[in-house]
Amino acid sequence: MRLLLNKIVLLLSTVSALIGLAFLAWILFTLVGKGLSSLHFSLFLNDLIDGGLRNLIVGQFIMAGIASLIGIPLGMMAGIYLQEYGSGRYVRLIRDLSDIMMSAPSIVIGAFVYAIVVVPMHGTSGIAGSIALSIMMIPIVINTTDNMLSLVPRELREAGIALGASKYRVILDIIIKAAKVGIMTGLLLSFARIIGETAPLLFTSETSNYFSVDLTEAYPSLTVSIYALANDPTSSSRDLAWAASFILTMMVLMINLLGRYITRKKG
Amino acid sequence: MPIMSIEDFSFTYASAPARSLSNINLPIQKNCITSLIGPSGCGKSTLLRSLNRMHDLYPNNEYEGKLMLLNQENNEMENILDIKRENEFIELRQRVGMIFQKPTPFPMSIFDNVAYGLRISGIKNKTELKDRVEDALKGSALFGEVSDRMNKSAMGLSGGQQQRLCIARAVALKPELLLFDEPTSALDPISTAAIEELIVELKKDISIAIVTHNMQQASRISDYTAFMYLGDLVEYGETEQIFLNPREKKTEDYITGRFG
Repeated sequence: MRLLLNKIVLLLSTVSALIGLAFLAWILFTLVGKGLSSLHFSLFLNDLIDGGLRNLIVGQFIMAGIASLIGIPLGMMAGIYLQEYGSGRYVRLIRDLSDIMMSAPSIVIGAFVYAIVVVPMHGTSGIAGSIALSIMMIPIVINTTDNMLSLVPRELREAGIALGASKYRVILDIIIKAAKVGIMTGLLLSFARIIGETAPLLFTSETSNYFSVDLTEAYPSLTVSIYALANDPTSSSRDLAWAASFILTMMVLMINLLGRYITRKKG
Repeated sequence: MPIMSIEDFSFTYASAPARSLSNINLPIQKNCITSLIGPSGCGKSTLLRSLNRMHDLYPNNEYEGKLMLLNQENNEMENILDIKRENEFIELRQRVGMIFQKPTPFPMSIFDNVAYGLRISGIKNKTELKDRVEDALKGSALFGEVSDRMNKSAMGLSGGQQQRLCIARAVALKPELLLFDEPTSALDPISTAAIEELIVELKKDISIAIVTHNMQQASRISDYTAFMYLGDLVEYGETEQIFLNPREKKTEDYITGRFG
C-alpha cells in the first residue's frame, strides 16, 4: 500500500513538473522562433523612430541603473540595520513590512509613484520610472542583505570586537566581506528582476520613440514599448515586439547566469 | 603577583532567571598559565568571556563584584567593570586578547589578518606594520609556513594554521593577558600539540587564562588550575596540587572521571 502510494505521488509530481516545463519550453520556443526571425543587427543601431530598439535598451538600463543607485544603498543599509543593530519588535515589524512590499503587485507601486511623482511634476518622466523601480528593488535588497549577513558566524563578529574594533568597523571590514558573494549575487538577481518590469513603468516613465538623456520627460523603455508595439495592428510593429521580447529575455537570462556563475566560483 | 584579580564576581545572563556565576574569587597570575576546568555549563567560558567584557556585545547582561586588572605602568589595580566609554573598551580588548574555540580567520589576506588589530590601534607606518606582523607570525610559529604567501587569503590555511594565525593576530597587539576559550577542541592531535607548545612559549611575555575540556591539557600546560561547578569556584590551586592532591571531594570526583 505504501509502495503504491509512493508510486502515485511520484507519478503525479513528475507529470506536474513536465507540464510546467512544457509551458516554459513552449514560451521559449515561440520567443526564439519569432524573435530570432525579426532580430537584426540594425535594431541595436537605430532608435524606435527609425524602426530600431537602441534608445529603448539604453533607456531601460539607465532607469534600472538609477533605481539601483537608489535601491542598493538604502536596501543594504536597512538590511544591515535589521541584522546587526536592531532588536525586538521593530525588527520583526520592518521584516514583515519588507516581505509584504516584496509581494506587492507592481502595478500598485506604479500607481503610487504616479500619485507622488508624476502628478506633482505634471508628466511622466525617467525619474518617476527609476523611483518606481527602486521601490520594487528595496525590499529584495533588504531581504538578501539580511539573510546573507545572518549566515556569517557569530564568532567572526566576536573575534573582531576582541581585537578592539568597534562594531561599525567589524561590520564594514569583516562581516560584509564575509557575506560579499551572497550579497553580490542577490544584488544581481534583484537587478535582473527590475530590468524586466513593465507595470511600474507603464504610467511613470511611459516610453519614447527617441533617444533621451533628459530624465525629466517621458523616457524610452523596452518593456513599455513591447506592450505598445504588441497592441499595434501593423505586422512590422509586432515583429519588432517579438525581437524586443527576445532581447529582453536574453538580458535577464544573462544577468541570472552571471549571478549563478559568481556563486559557483566563489561560494 | 596577579595580573588580574577576580573579586566576589557574579554574572547573570539577560535571558537567565538566576546567576550563572556566583561569588567567584580567583587570581590570574602574571606570566603563568591558569586553566579553568569543569563540566559543561559550569560557567568557565562565561567567566573567561567576562575578563574582556565580551558579554557587553549583547544587551542587559549583568556583572556584579570586581574584575581588577593590573595597570603595568603604575602597578595599580583597576576595575574593568567601571569601563563605559568606547575608547576604553578598545584599549581593554587590546590589553586582554581572546582566542576562540573555532578558528576565526577574517576573509582577507594573511598579512591583513595579523595587521587588522594594529591598524585599528592606529599604526599606519608600513615598515612598522610589516615588522610587527612578521614578529607576531614568528612568535606564533607560523612565519615559516606562510612567509611566501602573505598576500594570499587566510581562508586557504589548514585549521591548525588558522588557529595559530588567530593567535598571531592577538599577539601582534602585545596584550598583557590572553584568554583562550577551548582553543584546540576543533583541532587534530598534531595541531593541538603545536598550539599547546605555542601557549607555553607565549607565557614568557603574556599571562594566560585557558578554558579547556581536556584535563590532560590542563595538567600538561598550566601552572594553576581552577575547578568550577554549577557557577561556583570549587577549588583553585597549583596544577600539581589540584590533580594529585585535591582538597575537595568534588574536584577529586571530576578529575578521576567519576562525573562530568
